[in-house]
Amino acid sequence: MPQVTLSVNGKSHTVEIEGRTLLVELLREKLRLTGTHVGCDTSQCGACVVHIDGESVKACTTLAAMCEGASVTTIEGLARPDGTLHPMQEAFREYHALQCGFCTPGMVMSAVDLVQKHPEGLSEAEIREGLEGNLCRCTGYHNIVKAIAAAQDVMHGRRETIAAAAQ
Amino acid sequence: MYDFTYTKPSSVADATKLLAADPDAKFISGGQTLLPALKHRLNKPTTVVDLTGIGEMRGIRREGNTLVIGALTKHVEVETSAEVKAAIPALAQMAAHIGDTQVRNRGTLGGSVSNNDPAADYPAAVLGLGATVVTSKREIPADEFFLGMFTTALETDELLVAIKFPIPEKAGYAKMRNPASRYVMAGAFVSKGPQGIRVAINGAGPCVFRQGEMEAALAGSWSPEAVAGVKQNPEGMNGDIHGSAEYRAHLVTVMAKRAVASAG
Ligand SMILES: Cc1cc2nc3c(=O)[nH]c(=O)nc-3n(C[C@H](O)[C@H](O)[C@H](O)COP(=O)(O)OP(=O)(O)OC[C@H]3O[C@@H](n4cnc5c(N)ncnc54)[C@H](O)[C@@H]3O)c2cc1C
Ligand code: FES
Ligand code: FES
Repeated sequence: MPQVTLSVNGKSHTVEIEGRTLLVELLREKLRLTGTHVGCDTSQCGACVVHIDGESVKACTTLAAMCEGASVTTIEGLARPDGTLHPMQEAFREYHALQCGFCTPGMVMSAVDLVQKHPEGLSEAEIREGLEGNLCRCTGYHNIVKAIAAAQDVMHGRRETIAAAAQ
Repeated sequence: MYDFTYTKPSSVADATKLLAADPDAKFISGGQTLLPALKHRLNKPTTVVDLTGIGEMRGIRREGNTLVIGALTKHVEVETSAEVKAAIPALAQMAAHIGDTQVRNRGTLGGSVSNNDPAADYPAAVLGLGATVVTSKREIPADEFFLGMFTTALETDELLVAIKFPIPEKAGYAKMRNPASRYVMAGAFVSKGPQGIRVAINGAGPCVFRQGEMEAALAGSWSPEAVAGVKQNPEGMNGDIHGSAEYRAHLVTVMAKRAVASAG
């Protein structure tokens, strides 16, 4: 059986795969990292978004075999090892940016990529446009947008904490 | 998805040899079209040939009055390239509005153009700028490349290696996107440059096409008003749940007007 060697959340793994194995299957079924969700499996909803070498991608539309040597980050790899949440996760909690939570891992991963690419800061409209690839059936998006706006201030060092941004 | 063998050659010669030996093999670049199609079992390739290890198919460079873009160039790279923004800003702007961030982070120029989806963006830019498609075998002018719905002049073992875009004096693109799928309902890419005045329409018909009457009108006067009076015949336009043929024909004029306005 073919194998692929890749790094996931900083740890190297060599995994047996089939040619057709998708990255999301490798993560969920082989590595049991079930934080990455499958919502549509048709490349539309973004529940499966992870980072490959720092770029957000849909793991349901990426072949595992094409990830040889890649460095993958999933939602499980965002918080610090001591459990301290990433500012984006903290902001989603503080701003009530989730209801059922199904879309949340993909939302957070897309949002982190979006904010990292825009150190100059994003307007509300730009945040909404940047979330084009992520669908949420519950929240109506408003609180997600507010959370990302707050998180960007913390991620770019313009504010100390999410709680401070919330005031 | 049916299973297949995966292989990753490192040269154009090796990749085309694999396809010449096995007509049921398939190329993959970004996989943003091929993988959804394979999930629907629309296709059953024996082997999937990963092109992303082929250095010859990468890079964006200016050669005199031409911008050469490698087939493996991702949409995000065209969107953010200083070279593209300086030479053909309309092309960078077009790439910035393909699908969503995650699609743009993987999808490639070569994959989009060789797929020739009637609702794709790139074919309009290639035809609207009068670009030349460089393949593993030959160079094909845009006017001879797009043959019909999902059909191009490429042979099964022929690779799209790069595209040569002549740098225009002016160019503009406008589209109406389907809000759910993000694909084009109707779009227009207009340009004035070394290849003359060109108007390419995508999304509206079964294949990207040139709108001759609009080109003639723009030759008379390069202005949004010049195309505003040209009506697209709805006959042969796509009609589906997203929009009737008449609606799409109407959009063609509106998009052409906006494209000329954005070209300045
Ligand atoms: C949710 C979503 C939204 C999208 N929205 C849009 C949109 O708004 N506008 C738009 O234009 N596109 C859109 N796309 C399609 C996207 O742009 C794809 O990236 C593109 O159509 C195909 O590029 P790819 O590199 O992913 O090709 P692949 O999927 O890898 O390949 C596509 C086809 O081309 C062949 N092929 C690939 N590379 C070559 C090559 N170099 N030479 C010869 N044959 C080759 C493959 O064998 C396959 O048949 C969308 C896709 C998704 C999933
Ligand atoms: S599961 Fe990947 S986009 Fe929906
Ligand atoms: S919180 Fe339920 S889908 Fe977004």
